[in-house]
Amino acid sequence: MEIGLSHYLVVAAVLFTLGIFGIFLNRKNVIIIMMSIELMLLAVNINLVAFSAHLQDMVGQIFAMFVLTVAAAEAAIGLAILVVYFRNRGSIAVEDINLMKG
Amino acid sequence: MIIQALAFYLFAIVAIASGVMVVAARNPVHSVLFLILAFFNSAGLFVLMEAEFLAMILVVVYVGAVMVLFLFVVMMLDINFAELREGFLRYLPVGALVGLVLLAELVIYVFWSWTVSDRAGSVAAAPQPGDLTNTHALGMLIYTDYIYLFQVAGLVLLVAMIGAIVLTLRSRPGVRRQRIAEQTARRREDVVEIKKIPTGSGA
Repeated sequence: MEIGLSHYLVVAAVLFTLGIFGIFLNRKNVIIIMMSIELMLLAVNINLVAFSAHLQDMVGQIFAMFVLTVAAAEAAIGLAILVVYFRNRGSIAVEDINLMKG
Repeated sequence: MIIQALAFYLFAIVAIASGVMVVAARNPVHSVLFLILAFFNSAGLFVLMEAEFLAMILVVVYVGAVMVLFLFVVMMLDINFAELREGFLRYLPVGALVGLVLLAELVIYVFWSWTVSDRAGSVAAAPQPGDLTNTHALGMLIYTDYIYLFQVAGLVLLVAMIGAIVLTLRSRPGVRRQRIAEQTARRREDVVEIKKIPTGSGA
C-alpha cells in the first residue's frame, strides 16, 4: 500500500489526458477549452511536485509556483480577450474566430 | 501509512472524476464548479506530498481568484450553450481514441520504462532542509537563489493585469461623467454675471 512516485504520476497523466480529451470534445466552446488547459497545467504541477517530493529537491516546487503564476496570467488575459470578442461579435463559437485569415 | 494511502486514493479518485465532469458537463457553470473540486483535491494531493505552501496557493489563488473569475465570465456572457455543444458526439470517438492512446503511452512510460537513479538525490539543486517547514524553506530559496525569477513572475502578473484592463476598458458614448479638471478650472467670471437692474424696471 506504499504510495510512491508512480501513483502521483499516473494521476497526473490521467488529468493531462482528460484535458486533451476536453479540447477534442468541446472544440466549439472556448471557455471549456480554457478550462481544459487549466486542467493540463494542474497535471503538470502535480508532476513537478511529485518529483520534487521524491527527489527531496525544492526546485520542483519553485517551478510549480511559476507555472501557477503564468497559468493565472494566461487565464486573466484569455478571459479578457473572450469578453472583448463576445462584446464585438455576440458569440464565442471557435469556428467564427477566423477573421484574421484575410 | 494506511491513512495516507486511503487519503491518496480519495483525493485522486475525486480529482479524476471531477476532471471527467469538467469536460463532460452540459452546463459550463457546472464545469467550473467541478474544476474547483478538481483543484481542491489536487491541493489535498499536494499536502500528501508535503508541499503545503503550494497546496494553500492552489486553494487561495486558484480556487479563490482564477476560478471565481471563470465563474464570473461564464455567468456574465449570455451564450447559447446548447448551440456550442453541437458535434459533441461526433468528436467523441476521435477524442476518446487520441486520449486512450496518449494515456496508454503515458502510463506504460510511467510504469515500466525508467527508474530513478540512486545518485539522483545527491545532485539536487536545492535539497529539502529537514528542520524547516515547507513555507520557510521555499522562502529561503525564492528570495535568494531565485530572486530574478521571482521578480519576473511579478512582472508577468503586472503585464497580465495591465493587458486585461486595457483590453476590456471602453469609453461608451453618452455616459455622463464627472470631469474634475474642468470643474476646478472654472473661474467665477466665466459663470456668474452680476447685472444692475434699476429699481422698478424689472419684468
